Amino acid sequence: MNVPDDLQYAPTHEWLRMEGETATVGITDHAQAELTDIVYVELPKAGAAVTPKQAVAVVESVKAASDIYSPIGGTITEVNQALESSPGLVNTDPYGEGWLYRIRIEAGEELEVLMDPASYRKQIASAGDASV
Amino acid sequence: MPESKKTPLYDEHVRHGARMVEFSGWMMPVQYSGIVDEHHTVRKAVGVFDISHMGQIHVSGGGARDWLNHLLTNNVERIGKGESQYTFLLNEEGGVIDDLIVYHYDEDAYLLVVNASMTTTDFEWMQAHARAGVELENRSASFAGLAVQGPKSVQLFDLFFGPTVSRPARNEIRLVNHGGKPLYVSSTGYTGENGFEIFFPAEFAAAVWNEILERGAELGIKPCGLGARDTLRLEMCYPLNGSDLSPTRTPLEAGLSIFVDLEKPGFIGREPLLKQRQEGVKERLVPFKMKDKGPPPRAHYAVFKDGARIGEIASGALSPTLNIGIGMAYVPARFARINEEIEIDIRGRRYPAAIEKKPLHR
Repeated sequence: MNVPDDLQYAPTHEWLRMEGETATVGITDHAQAELTDIVYVELPKAGAAVTPKQAVAVVESVKAASDIYSPIGGTITEVNQALESSPGLVNTDPYGEGWLYRIRIEAGEELEVLMDPASYRKQIASAGDASV
Repeated sequence: MPESKKTPLYDEHVRHGARMVEFSGWMMPVQYSGIVDEHHTVRKAVGVFDISHMGQIHVSGGGARDWLNHLLTNNVERIGKGESQYTFLLNEEGGVIDDLIVYHYDEDAYLLVVNASMTTTDFEWMQAHARAGVELENRSASFAGLAVQGPKSVQLFDLFFGPTVSRPARNEIRLVNHGGKPLYVSSTGYTGENGFEIFFPAEFAAAVWNEILERGAELGIKPCGLGARDTLRLEMCYPLNGSDLSPTRTPLEAGLSIFVDLEKPGFIGREPLLKQRQEGVKERLVPFKMKDKGPPPRAHYAVFKDGARIGEIASGALSPTLNIGIGMAYVPARFARINEEIEIDIRGRRYPAAIEKKPLHR
C-alpha cells in the first residue's frame, strides 16, 4: 500500500497535507482499497466549521456507506467538485485527484493526534483491517 | 461464536486474490476484481460463482412428493423427473421461512437447494414435520456448487461439456458423467442472464472450478463474488431471504404469488394466504428507481410519500448497469403502482424516486 512520506495520517485512515494555514484532506490508499469501488461521495459545505474527529463526509461503495472523520478542526474552504461526477477518483488517485476537501486551520489547533507515515504503515500492517 | 465454515473452494478463492468475508457462517468471496467489474462481466460475457455455501437437502422415498407438496407452496406434481421449480417453505402464519429450488432429479428423489443462512432452520423444520416413507438428508457439507452466468455461458457450456452433451432446457436438471465426475447440471441462476449451475461431490470442487476458468478464458470469464451476485439479482428484482423475505411477510406481499398454488389441497401456511388473497394484501414489495444520480438507497432507509413515512427499503444498491440507485421496498398496497412517485430519506435529505416494473435494468 502506498503511504507517501510527505503526509500526516489519522488512525481512521484519512490523510492530511499541510500547505501553510490550509490543509488538504483525503482518504488513504489502504482505505480506498478496503472500501472497494466508490460510487458516491457526500462532501461538506464550503464555509462549514468542523471540529477534530467530526464526521464531515460520507464515502459510499457498492456495499456500504462509510463516515469520514476530519483529522483536524477548522473551516472548510473548498471541496473537490470533481467527485460529484467521478467518485472513482478516490480509488484511482487517493492522494491526488481524489482529495476530499481543504480546511483552514485556526492558530493553536492540535496536530499531535496525527501519525507520521511510519506509524501509519505500522498500524495498517498490524491491524490487517480498516474500520473506516 | 463458532468459527466460520469454509467451502471446498476456499483455497482457490484465496489463491485467485478474492476478498473474503463472513456470510451466513461461511467465509465467502465478496469480490475478486471488483463488484462493478464482475457485474458487467456477467451482463456482457460470463462469470463463475461459488455457491457451495447453499444448503443441499435430499428428500427421497415413496412419500416424498406428497410430503413436499404439504410443505412447499408451489405444486410439486407439476414437475416431472429431471425438472426443477422455485418455491417457498412457509410457517403456519403464511410467512416465509425460506425460498428454494426443488430439483426432481430421480424417481422419488428430490434435491432442495436452500439459503446458506437457513439450512439448519429448514432442516429442523422438515425433521419436525417428518413422515413415514420420507427420508431426509442434509448433504450441505459434502456437496459443492458453481453458478456459471452470462450470455457467453452458452459457448462455455459447449467448451466444457463437449458436443455430445446438450444444454439443459429451462427448469431441467440432468446428471452428466464428466470424465468420471458425476455433475448435476441445471439451467437455473440468480442473475437474469443465461447460465447453468452445477452441483457435485465436494472432492471435485477445485478441479471443476479450475476447468471452468480455463475453458472460459477465451470468453473473458472472471470469478465473481457475493457483491456482484447481490447487485445482479437486485436489478432483476429476485428476492433475497432476510432482506426482501421474512417470517412476517407472505409471498403474496412480496409479489410472488405465481409460485404459490392456492388451489392445491392443504399445505402449511395456505389458510392465512387464502384469507390474505380474499381481503387483499396491506403492503406490497415494489421495485423502485431513483430519479437522479445521488447517494445509493440502502436497506432500512425510510420511504416517504406526500411528506408521510409509508415504508422502508428492503434491498437497495447502486445499479452498475444504470449507474443510478435502485431497490425494493415494502409500501402500502395503494401506492404499489408503476410510476408512483416516492421519496427516499438518506441521512435526513429526501431524494425523489419512482416505483418501476421488473426488471429494473432494462
